[in-house]
Amino acid sequence: MRKDSSEPLVRISKRATIASWKAWLIRIAALFAALVICAVIIYAITKMNPLKVYGTMFQGAFGTSKRLWVTIRDIMMMQCIAIGLAPVFKMRFWNIGAEGQILVGGCAAAACMIYFPNIPLGLLLALMAISSAVAGAIWGLIPAIFKAKWNTNETLFTLMMNYVAIQLTSYCVALWENPYGSNSVGIINPVSHSGWLPSVFGQAYTLNVVIVLLLSLLMYVYLRYSKQGFEIAVVGESENTARYAGINVGKVIIRTMAISGAVCGIAGFLAVSGASHTISTSTAGGKGFTAIIVAWMAKFNAWVMLLISALIVFLERGAVEIASAYNLSNHVSEMITGIILFFLIGSEFFINYNVKFRGAARRAE
Amino acid sequence: MIDITKTFGEVVANDSVCLDIVEGEILSLLGENGSGKTTLMNMLSGIYMPDSGRILFHGKEVSIKSPKDAFDLGIGMIHQHFKLVDVLSAAENIVLGLNETPLVDLKHVRARVKEICNRYGFVINPDKKVYDMPVSEKQTLEIVKVLYRGADILILDEPTAVLTPQETAKLFSVMRNMRENGKSIIIITHKLHEVMEISDRVAVLRKGKYIGDIATCATNPQQLTDMMVGHSVSLNIDRPDVGELRECLRVSGLTVVDKDGVTKLDNVSFTANGGEILGIAGISGSGQKELLEAVAGLQIVRSGGIQYTARDAQKPMELVGMNAQAIKAAGVVLAFVPEDRLGMGLVGSMDLSDNMMLRSYSKGKGPFARRTPPRHLAEQVIEELEVVTPGVSIPVRRLSGGNVQKILVGRELAQHPSLLMTAYAVRGLDINTSYAIYRLMNEQKKTGTAVVFVGEDLDVLLELCDRILVLCAGKVSGIVDGRNTTKEKVGLMMTRLSEEVKNA
Repeated sequence: MRKDSSEPLVRISKRATIASWKAWLIRIAALFAALVICAVIIYAITKMNPLKVYGTMFQGAFGTSKRLWVTIRDIMMMQCIAIGLAPVFKMRFWNIGAEGQILVGGCAAAACMIYFPNIPLGLLLALMAISSAVAGAIWGLIPAIFKAKWNTNETLFTLMMNYVAIQLTSYCVALWENPYGSNSVGIINPVSHSGWLPSVFGQAYTLNVVIVLLLSLLMYVYLRYSKQGFEIAVVGESENTARYAGINVGKVIIRTMAISGAVCGIAGFLAVSGASHTISTSTAGGKGFTAIIVAWMAKFNAWVMLLISALIVFLERGAVEIASAYNLSNHVSEMITGIILFFLIGSEFFINYNVKFRGAARRAE
Repeated sequence: MIDITKTFGEVVANDSVCLDIVEGEILSLLGENGSGKTTLMNMLSGIYMPDSGRILFHGKEVSIKSPKDAFDLGIGMIHQHFKLVDVLSAAENIVLGLNETPLVDLKHVRARVKEICNRYGFVINPDKKVYDMPVSEKQTLEIVKVLYRGADILILDEPTAVLTPQETAKLFSVMRNMRENGKSIIIITHKLHEVMEISDRVAVLRKGKYIGDIATCATNPQQLTDMMVGHSVSLNIDRPDVGELRECLRVSGLTVVDKDGVTKLDNVSFTANGGEILGIAGISGSGQKELLEAVAGLQIVRSGGIQYTARDAQKPMELVGMNAQAIKAAGVVLAFVPEDRLGMGLVGSMDLSDNMMLRSYSKGKGPFARRTPPRHLAEQVIEELEVVTPGVSIPVRRLSGGNVQKILVGRELAQHPSLLMTAYAVRGLDINTSYAIYRLMNEQKKTGTAVVFVGEDLDVLLELCDRILVLCAGKVSGIVDGRNTTKEKVGLMMTRLSEEVKNA
């Protein structure tokens, strides 16, 4: 017999394959584990019943019809940005400039609302959507062209473009200030609702849902079935292989970034026309960064992104609610979100690797 | 080693393997790719732990949990990929991680290194930086490093793969010296003639199982091959004569300078003809990669010309100045099997049919890629080249090296190329697969394709190729007829230019 000391405590080996139901089981187990840990921490700090706290979170996100629809609106916003980011991240182009692309898209939409309030609504909305997309695309194109021609670092470049966009938005806010001295634009066209996404079936946010789901479908098909989608995948996996296969890498980078920027610009349009009806430097509100996590966790599958967007928005909205209901600081909500994301991302390790403990290994023999 | 078993996931790399190592003997460990040679040796040197089985050392059971445990027992391994720190000197690399004394006493190290070199016949300069060393010297350094740590059992994993014939001869004489000094040596190799030349005993593994061992003097290459493969294999490589030659590629004065300003190809000129195999020999890094990539439109050419004549075209076409995309658009059917299979020829994380699509995705009208033809092609390649795979929708990275290469070669040949370029097409492949590749090259040659075959095994080059172009440091040191030249002559040309060879 071999002595126990010669055996390592845990053995980690890479799994060849894993059934998808098992993978999902692991993910769900991770979510539960995260909720348990959160419960322990909530109890330890506040001495409150964690189940009650979770109940309050649920109330906050879905409790009333209005809350439910605001949650849905926020999910759609997150989803829109995430599908915009999916193609570039699939190409392994680290675009952290979605914030800026959303802002310039929002500014373009707001400008149309302010300067052309009297043209027919359908035409105005189309004009807003197009100009938002174009503005976002331009914001995406600038770093892409520099990357393709001079191989500049896209991460720094797109990040810096965010600051330019914030300054540009500040300028627009000053320009369109209303009322004078408020340092904000206020609700645009509050009476005529010109340039507002109209209610459909009595719901203000129906069109948001329709537009984003349509974009999701288009992106899903584009990435999965089109020639350009295949080029994106090849460039992302290996630029060398792409060149070898006769793919013009620079062209793919520029084209993909234009698409990505355009979709993020449309997210800016939705934020202005379909949600806040105003523009400020906080219109993007960090969603451009959170959506990166959404896109990556979903491995760029548009439908999985929808699930993850829903989870993250639920956590955010629920956390805001418990913060106000129990008079806790906002950081508690961030903590809970952090713990849950940590467990979900960490669970991928157990999906890719098999971990056997010493005892279990011996029993198996 | 008794009853050693090791599994990776569902793959059984070693299945109840028993192996004896005798003091003062050179043992060859022979087996096809994926037969578990390296895994077995990694367990002896403490990289992996066996799942079950025992290791006895001088009759006493030991457990080797780390490379340090292995060194304590006097077992040292020289890996295929060297484990040296480039910016340190030879002596510094030798003492790295030893921590014998609180302060590194390089003077003492130098003296001991010198003593080891003298005893076994090495030549090494302890103060030379590793980045200044050619491959053979790095290998020598690895061996000295292991000996310095007092190893009595040395394991060499395919040591000759990176050496010229002359360097190999030198290595073998050193190995014999070590044997005289009572060291045990295990050498992993694919090359049968080396097994016959150097070893006292041969142990054969097949598909993770131990097949048997035999004294070298009592066997022959044919028997060893049969043991390794499990059935009879013919060891002759065909070189069919194809009557008509047609000029396909004329390279003249080709010069390539890389982005660091190093001249990789210097005034290279040659022609490649349809209906013949042009071999390219040279020490690795002599410009083979740049040459093929320049033709494929993946290298920026400083000067010179590359004229390509299609199968039934009258006039040649200039390829210099075109990138891969332009070459493809111009209708040049060029098949290229690059050295870096998963980094250039294929996308490791994509499945087999998507990899087939790399060459064909842009065909057909409309924005959508057609997925059916590549899937059929993948199925066809799997069947024709006997690719071992669970299916077409598995990432190509999961296949073994030989099967990866079959997928790549299969895809390239499916284009019906008029020019086929391969770089180290059989590197790391087992005998069976290698012969399958040689057969495919010959079939292409017979259909009038111009085949450019960059190789490293001179025996193969001499048997397979009609003409052999020898590169030395980016220059052509000569083009010889494969039918009437010798290994020694090509070996010399690889290290010196032909004028010098004549004078030598």
